[in-house]
Amino acid sequence: MTPTRDEQHWMYRNMVTSRKLEETIAGIYFEGKTPVFSMADGPIPGEMHLSDGQEPVAVGVCAHLNPDDVVTATHRPHHQAIAKGVDLDKMVAEIFGKTTGLSGGRGGHMHLFDPDVNFACSGIIAQGMGPAVGAALSRQMQKKPGVAVAFVGEGAVNQGGWHEAMNLAATWNLPFVCVIEDNDWGISVAKEDSTAVANNADRAAAYGIPGVRVADNDPYAIYAAAGEAIARARDGKGPSLIEVETYRLAGHFMGDAEGYRPEGEKDALFEKDPIPKMRAKMLADGMATEAELETIEAESAARVEAAIKFARESADPAPEDALTAVFA
Amino acid sequence: MNKPNERKLTIARAMAEAVQQEMQMDPSVFVMGEDIGALGGVYGNTRGLLEEFGSERIRDTPISETAFIGAAVGAAQDGMRPVVELMFVDFFGVCFDAIYNLMAKNTYFSGGNFKVPMVLMTSTGGGYSDAGQHSQCLYGTFAHLPGMKVVCPSNAYDAKGLMTAAMRDDSPVVYMYHKSLQGMGWLATEPGATVHTPEESYTVEIGKANVVREGSDVTIVSLGMGVHNALKAAAQMEADGVSAEVIDLVSLVPLDRDTIRASVAKTGRLIVVDEDYMSYGVSGEIIASVTEHDISVLKAAPKRVAYPDVPIPYARVMEQFCLPNPEKIVAAYQSMNAA
Repeated sequence: MTPTRDEQHWMYRNMVTSRKLEETIAGIYFEGKTPVFSMADGPIPGEMHLSDGQEPVAVGVCAHLNPDDVVTATHRPHHQAIAKGVDLDKMVAEIFGKTTGLSGGRGGHMHLFDPDVNFACSGIIAQGMGPAVGAALSRQMQKKPGVAVAFVGEGAVNQGGWHEAMNLAATWNLPFVCVIEDNDWGISVAKEDSTAVANNADRAAAYGIPGVRVADNDPYAIYAAAGEAIARARDGKGPSLIEVETYRLAGHFMGDAEGYRPEGEKDALFEKDPIPKMRAKMLADGMATEAELETIEAESAARVEAAIKFARESADPAPEDALTAVFA
Repeated sequence: MNKPNERKLTIARAMAEAVQQEMQMDPSVFVMGEDIGALGGVYGNTRGLLEEFGSERIRDTPISETAFIGAAVGAAQDGMRPVVELMFVDFFGVCFDAIYNLMAKNTYFSGGNFKVPMVLMTSTGGGYSDAGQHSQCLYGTFAHLPGMKVVCPSNAYDAKGLMTAAMRDDSPVVYMYHKSLQGMGWLATEPGATVHTPEESYTVEIGKANVVREGSDVTIVSLGMGVHNALKAAAQMEADGVSAEVIDLVSLVPLDRDTIRASVAKTGRLIVVDEDYMSYGVSGEIIASVTEHDISVLKAAPKRVAYPDVPIPYARVMEQFCLPNPEKIVAAYQSMNAA
């Protein structure tokens, strides 16, 4: 399964938009945090987990999804949100904690919720699994179309809740796909030091479902694997497991000195940055012209700048709004 | 013996009837949990439902509370109205993340854009030597954390109406039912819990306490099993010429502070009876609700009859020593007036 020309343009556009957003946030994040770094200061306070390098997973999977399909994402959700079609203005405003944000500033960057495209996330490892499986159950019971995808990191598979949810999805044959973004690091602990098997797709055998591992952060291979899994789910053939080898080009969070990473590891990953790689491949394959790609890049940058402007110009929430929306 | 036109149900049957009637009207309601299908629930509160609705909507789960409670959150956000059972409230330890970080927070985190209309029903209470992993109440633990409504019926009438109200609520409701009130095959039942219960569907308002006995000398506030202990104590006190008012909280969240304050303003004395642990819990919250509002209404320092701050022991004499009972409530009143 190969993405069409239009799909490739869509994938590239969302990868570039996501990267541009992360680079812009990285710049703004340190406003107000110098000379002494305090996470609490500046226009974007709090922890910030950037997704640089992991964009291929989001676009390769979401290329197969409709707004009606359900996605649960992680504490590192920006690339997934963009690829799922979350409203960028409201999303950035939420990251800035503004009243125009998706949740009026109550959630922040780890808690992006957009009902229009059925997107939710959680800051706790593996916690999106249950809700995604439940959404899949809802669709199965209502005989409504739609699949649910849970994005998790490779560290999540060592949580008990991950196993419980996989077993439930397989036992009930639900339209569910678990996509593991294996960036090799659970904050500072390497996968090989935390995980009993090198290939988490092998764990699919425990649930009697298909499991595939995609190497080298390749958006085309991700597209193919996800396409097969999602089509399978839509056909009522049950869940699948996909693990993607991806790259965390940023720290775990902004301000992470990353002293735990072996010397040269990140330089080598930047050499394999998936965005220039996809760009070169599209040109080589005749899937895009230089002018088309430059237009996509310019439009993506403008889109991000507009969202940042919207967020900056939006009002802070009224402090007492903190006391509302606890109950429906 | 039923009086004419009286229809006494156990809490177990009242709960099952509420779910049955709601499922007949609303296709989005379904039940998930361990042993809620063919067995009809360990506590009998889903009995007969599998036969009527089938295994799609009366859904036995694997022993995976994290997964199925998390799944209920996802299903609720997607338009369903799940009723899930956590067999013993003590088991919250294996799945609390799904409860208080997902179920209770997603409405808030989404700025109200995601609704989580689900009911988490769970059994509470001891007194039958099941020891400290199967006998707790934990009312205060759940009521402490924002984002969940919490109800606790003391009788079948309230049990049915609260369950219907909970299933219709757009917010998550934790429905805590006491095993000694339940009316099931394997444990004796407090007779006062089995009361007239109308056949037709109805709701009991969540967040409204009941004055279940009027009096003028002391207010005894409790919930669940404690209401029956309070009523027995009030009967004993009446023989001594003391008029006790008894309030059944019915709901912990929202808490009906007005009804409590109005009663204590009348009686001037307050005793809180709680089978949950004494410290940092419901009993302290009830007393604070009165004293921070108007301490001048009190003629004596308030008293608590609650479970001591120890894990629940197995041996009958030890557990019974720790549990609230009518005699302890009477003694609490006497100690108030001795001071």
